[in-house]
Amino acid sequence: MKKFLMASVATALMAGPALANEVKLGVILGFTGPIESLTPAMAAGGELAMAEVSASGKLLGGATVTPVRADSTCVDSGAAAAAAERLITSEGVKGIMGADCSGVTGAVLANVAVPNGMVMISPSATSPALSSVEDNGLFFRTAPSDARQGQVLTEVLIERGIKSVALTYTNNDYGKGLADSFAAAYEAAGGKVTTTAAHEDGKADYSAEVGALASAGGDALVVAGYVDQGGAGIIRASLDTGAFDMFVMPDGMIGSALETNFGADIDGSIGTVPGTESEGAAMMADIVKAAGIENGDGPYVGESYDAAALILLAMQAAGSMEPGDYKGKIMDVANAPGEKIYPGQLGKALEILAAGGDVDYVGATAVEMIGGGEAAGGYREIELKDGKITTVKYR
Amino acid sequence: MDLLNAFVALSNFVLVPAIAYGSQLALGALGVTLIYGILRFSNFAHGDTMAFGTMVVVLVTWLFQSWGISLGPLPTALLALPFGIAGCAALVLLTDRTVYRFYRAQKAKPVILVIVSMGVMFIMNALVRIILGTNEQNFADGERFIIGAREFKKLTGLNEGLAIKTTQGITVITAVIVVALLFWFLNRTRTGKSMRAYSDNEDLALLSGIDPERVVVITWVIVAALATVAGTLYGLDKSYKPFTYFLLLLPIFASAIVGGLGNPLGAIAGGFVIAFSEVTVTYAWKKVLGYLMPESLEPDGLVQLMSTDYKFAVSFAILLVVLLFKPTGLFKGKSV
Repeated sequence: MKKFLMASVATALMAGPALANEVKLGVILGFTGPIESLTPAMAAGGELAMAEVSASGKLLGGATVTPVRADSTCVDSGAAAAAAERLITSEGVKGIMGADCSGVTGAVLANVAVPNGMVMISPSATSPALSSVEDNGLFFRTAPSDARQGQVLTEVLIERGIKSVALTYTNNDYGKGLADSFAAAYEAAGGKVTTTAAHEDGKADYSAEVGALASAGGDALVVAGYVDQGGAGIIRASLDTGAFDMFVMPDGMIGSALETNFGADIDGSIGTVPGTESEGAAMMADIVKAAGIENGDGPYVGESYDAAALILLAMQAAGSMEPGDYKGKIMDVANAPGEKIYPGQLGKALEILAAGGDVDYVGATAVEMIGGGEAAGGYREIELKDGKITTVKYR
Repeated sequence: MDLLNAFVALSNFVLVPAIAYGSQLALGALGVTLIYGILRFSNFAHGDTMAFGTMVVVLVTWLFQSWGISLGPLPTALLALPFGIAGCAALVLLTDRTVYRFYRAQKAKPVILVIVSMGVMFIMNALVRIILGTNEQNFADGERFIIGAREFKKLTGLNEGLAIKTTQGITVITAVIVVALLFWFLNRTRTGKSMRAYSDNEDLALLSGIDPERVVVITWVIVAALATVAGTLYGLDKSYKPFTYFLLLLPIFASAIVGGLGNPLGAIAGGFVIAFSEVTVTYAWKKVLGYLMPESLEPDGLVQLMSTDYKFAVSFAILLVVLLFKPTGLFKGKSV
């Protein structure tokens, strides 16, 4: 017993200093649920930034960064809040990269992050409602609000001369917010939304929903849903019944599952997904490829990298890993003035900050924080050609 | 031309899907009604029995696919169906041996058996999730369409397309065959007659030398076959996910009760009544009416009575109305 006690004390003593030099960051993404095919690459993207910082050995005098993953489920607010609570209270994370879907992000923010004073940077929560949420300066996102995506989708459609569409959205914060912002922008631009109908995820059959949408008609069907869920079901049922053959898809629908499920059947369909043409995007692509991340070209991988990088750079700028100290620095490191920082240059950025200099983090997605701390937003317009997702241009 | 277009649009979105869905419900409801008629309780585990049978079919289908065995244009799952039925029969006979027989020997009241079947439901529920997981599984293969919407348009020159999926065709044909076999069995064979005798009057059947355990075993095997066929057809036509089979319980029970519990003919009629009500009430009639009505009268709105989200509410409402006004159902079943 005595020996055991001694041993415990010894380990505790040894663990002490090691802990002081370790920064834990939470990674809360929906590893199960409707976007489970996107999240592994996103998490890997965020962890790349952490590994890069650890390897540089320059964060706060040589601290290492350890990611701690937790499952947001994307849809279950209770489960996501519990996961976040665990990260903060038992794992002792100093910042959170996440959450992913808008509904759970709002829940985690209101119920866990704000009460605990924890900084959260979401790579993919895009609901316009999150722009005006009460966050005590703790919440940021590297993804743009869907209010912007609605406008971009509208521009794409109007340029292609598509003047009437049917609109269906997944019945949650993300779908509703996006559908509303798109419908408002599209109608203001002179388009006509023939009908707006919600669909529930996880049903066996969507032919009834498609029947109603087909009745309303339109040149194309806008599917603001998820590629692993109801969104795919809607497209499948539309193709089966011949109701629509042209689909317009926002970010949640763009994924490799689209190619494997439908291939050339949906040729000519278009979509938008956050992304930029900046040098950073190309550099990020190289880094991801070198790291061998599966589906590394999927959506929000760069945003995830940027989210994690911003937290770590802000810590360096504040000279502290406590959220309360560094939350004010995030906007500073993200925006001008300062030396431009691209992916793979985090070590350089840490050095500049340590010396008291300024950085302007550009990162993989040309991060430019506006308003209450959200990305201004560049989008990639895609089109399906021969069953492959191809980039048309950047907006 | 407009009339034809209207009819084709109606067929495409209402008639064809509702007939296929109705056949699937009818097969499910037949299983429920047989259990009710012969074993005298409402089997809440029926949805999950379907899920289990289908799971075996899915696994065997994958095995066949990996061996390169296929049925050409038809889905391989049809080949795997007998194995699914056997697996499902083994499971329900096991539950009967371990669970239901105990309560039967005690002559437990039907309501107790209903609660017992709920317990069985949760176990089967978990069993399927442990073996196959909760996710959607795809096991359909072969030709997707008998006729596709685009081909139909090209063929006929109409504005509206009509798509008939292979699975929809198979569903209807299989349902007709299975129902014919079942009725032949119940009405023409000695065993079938003994089952009906047992259902009509248990004591009298015992006196005339009918072995009750044999009747019970045969009933379970038939129910397992019906459940597996219904589940496989539903899974092929729509998609296989354990949770949706659990949800199917409501429309299946509604079908059985609307038709009259314990009456096989009623179960079939009930299945189609429920399917057609669900589809027609939630369908947006704008397109069809647009073809039929003169231009001045064309509707602006969608002419949709209820949003598609309320599909289940339709079967629930019908269930309530029937229970309130005609508890024995359309075809004079036993009152619930």
